[in-house]
Amino acid sequence: MRKVYTRPRLLKKVPFHYCPGCGHSIIHRLMTELIDEMHLEDRIIGIPPPGCSVFAYHYFDVDMAESAHGRGAAVATGIKRAFPEAIVFTYQGDGDLAAIGTAETIHAANRGERITAIFINNAVYGMTGGQMAPTTLSQQVTTTTPYGRDTGIEGYPIKMSEIVALVKGAVYIERTAVNSPANIRKTKKAIRKGFQAQIDNLGFSLIEILSPCPTNWRMNPLESWQWIDNEMIKEFPLGVIKDITGKTDAD
Amino acid sequence: MADRRLLSGNEAIGWGAILGECKAFFGYPITPQSEILEFLATELPKAGGVFLQTEDEIAAVSMVYGSSMTGTRTMSATSSPGISLMQETVSLMAYLKVPSVIVDVCRFGPGSGMAQTSQTDYRQVTKGGGHGGYRCIVLAASSSQECCDLVQFAFWLADRYRMTVYVLTDATIGQSCELVDLKTRDFGALPDKDWVLRGLDERGGNGQGIHPHMWDYVGYHEDMNEKYREITENEIKYESYRMDDAEVILVAYGYVSRMAKGAVDLAREEGLKVGLLRPITLWPFPTNVLRELSLQAHHILVVEHSSGLLVEDVECALQGKVPVHLLGIWGTHRRDSSGIIYPERIVEEIKQMVGVA
Ligand SMILES: Cc1ncc(C[n+]2csc(CCOP(=O)(O)OP(=O)(O)O)c2C)c(N)n1
Ligand code: SF4
Ligand SMILES: [Mg+2]
Repeated sequence: MRKVYTRPRLLKKVPFHYCPGCGHSIIHRLMTELIDEMHLEDRIIGIPPPGCSVFAYHYFDVDMAESAHGRGAAVATGIKRAFPEAIVFTYQGDGDLAAIGTAETIHAANRGERITAIFINNAVYGMTGGQMAPTTLSQQVTTTTPYGRDTGIEGYPIKMSEIVALVKGAVYIERTAVNSPANIRKTKKAIRKGFQAQIDNLGFSLIEILSPCPTNWRMNPLESWQWIDNEMIKEFPLGVIKDITGKTDAD
Repeated sequence: MADRRLLSGNEAIGWGAILGECKAFFGYPITPQSEILEFLATELPKAGGVFLQTEDEIAAVSMVYGSSMTGTRTMSATSSPGISLMQETVSLMAYLKVPSVIVDVCRFGPGSGMAQTSQTDYRQVTKGGGHGGYRCIVLAASSSQECCDLVQFAFWLADRYRMTVYVLTDATIGQSCELVDLKTRDFGALPDKDWVLRGLDERGGNGQGIHPHMWDYVGYHEDMNEKYREITENEIKYESYRMDDAEVILVAYGYVSRMAKGAVDLAREEGLKVGLLRPITLWPFPTNVLRELSLQAHHILVVEHSSGLLVEDVECALQGKVPVHLLGIWGTHRRDSSGIIYPERIVEEIKQMVGVA
């Protein structure tokens, strides 16, 4: 008999604390598979800042340490500058990367830091109980937008990937989702490209992943997959946003 | 022959970093600290280190944390408002026991304040600075020579105890030029950095994180207290000057201690028995030393360029047994931010205190 599916070697044998149907669990699986397939475990270091995934270091069997909320890109910069042989990734929520950590993200990208940001967009602040995130959709109800997000008051869902794409040091940016087997496979490919851009010493890479948060969306897992298709993707279209990895000159 | 140079305190800090084997510096410009940045931008790469000017002090300290977790000796330097911005990650480093050296060239505060000299950060740095009830070692330099030597000592202490060590100076020390003997200081053997993150390669084992005490918060605080006790037992540094028969004891640090030394000499010329205690470690504070010295003293005069911060530690040490006087920021020669506390003013205060006209 041929084994076609197994637990990733680098995913520790401990139960996830994530809610049923949460996208974080899927993405952890994809990443630990990839780290193994790309033989990166000997030199990879991950930074999960606060967010539902702040305890990611309980699950990835690689070197990891948290940062303060929003500071992942700067901490990753410190690691990479001091120890350039490392492959460094951050694992950040939308609140973390696109609100409190905006400055660090843009400047790390602009310096072309050889790091990879895994950016989990679930349109809410999951960990703190479902408040509005910078990515919350217009009219979306959250605990701090009980009447729906009013863009006249709260501003618009921010397209951080497109913003970062404007910055010269960013070389690979793609938006994917984990709401169908096909999209999950595409997500894995995207993360591989992000890591490869770093391995090839080209510059900053960012993979934005639309990820279900059934708990705070007040949906069951299936509805949350559908909501990504029907609502989120309209605001945050999937696809490669920037790829200059094949070019020799950033211009 | 000794390498002797005329250096500002800020340049001497930079030399101290290089002699102390600092291999990474992350920082943001601010007066009166910027010469440290400029010096290291020029010199650190030549010494095989990494220099990066950051987007702000929050990023700077975050990079210090990241760099240091790979086992690299790493430093940042800033002035007062920058110290405030750094506190969240200083607290995180205290929690995760990651070493770092941070220089505070103190300027006048609160707020953006003024870029001229003051000692208004005493309480912030000596009491940890951020949330969570941790401590940092604080070394107060009072000359260019000490800037160079104490930065080297700070790196040793940071590695020895896995914590943040502040080197506190002020605009006067930072900007004044003095002769410095550039010497590498050896403080003894250090424990292996078996906690660093460099991938699985070098450890050959499983992934590791820097996140201790997840399930034992009481244990965390017990361990920290034990470490703080050990530091207090072993690392207190101070200078006492003309203390033998002193009946009046001055307590001062930083640039003000230089003025206080001048005041001791002036007062002694007039027959007043005055001595100076200059704490070099502000935390741990030389509490017992002061307590013992005070047995012979009739008066204690704290001189500091602030509204009274150091004086709190002195009062705490003496527990009301000897009267403690304070000559604070009102002792400066001008009321604007360019004021300095001069020796003559200190002598005047001493005379008033002991009742000599
Ligand atoms: C300075 C600071 N402010 C606030 C918080 C509280 N906090 C923790 S996680 C978080 C937001 C998490 O949202 P997101 O980044 O979108 O991650 P998610 O949980 O949705 O995956 C906040 C506000 C904090 N830890 N630190
Ligand atoms: S709250 Fe949302 S993001 Fe957090 S674990 Fe639950 S489903 Fe996942
Ligand atoms: Mg989120």
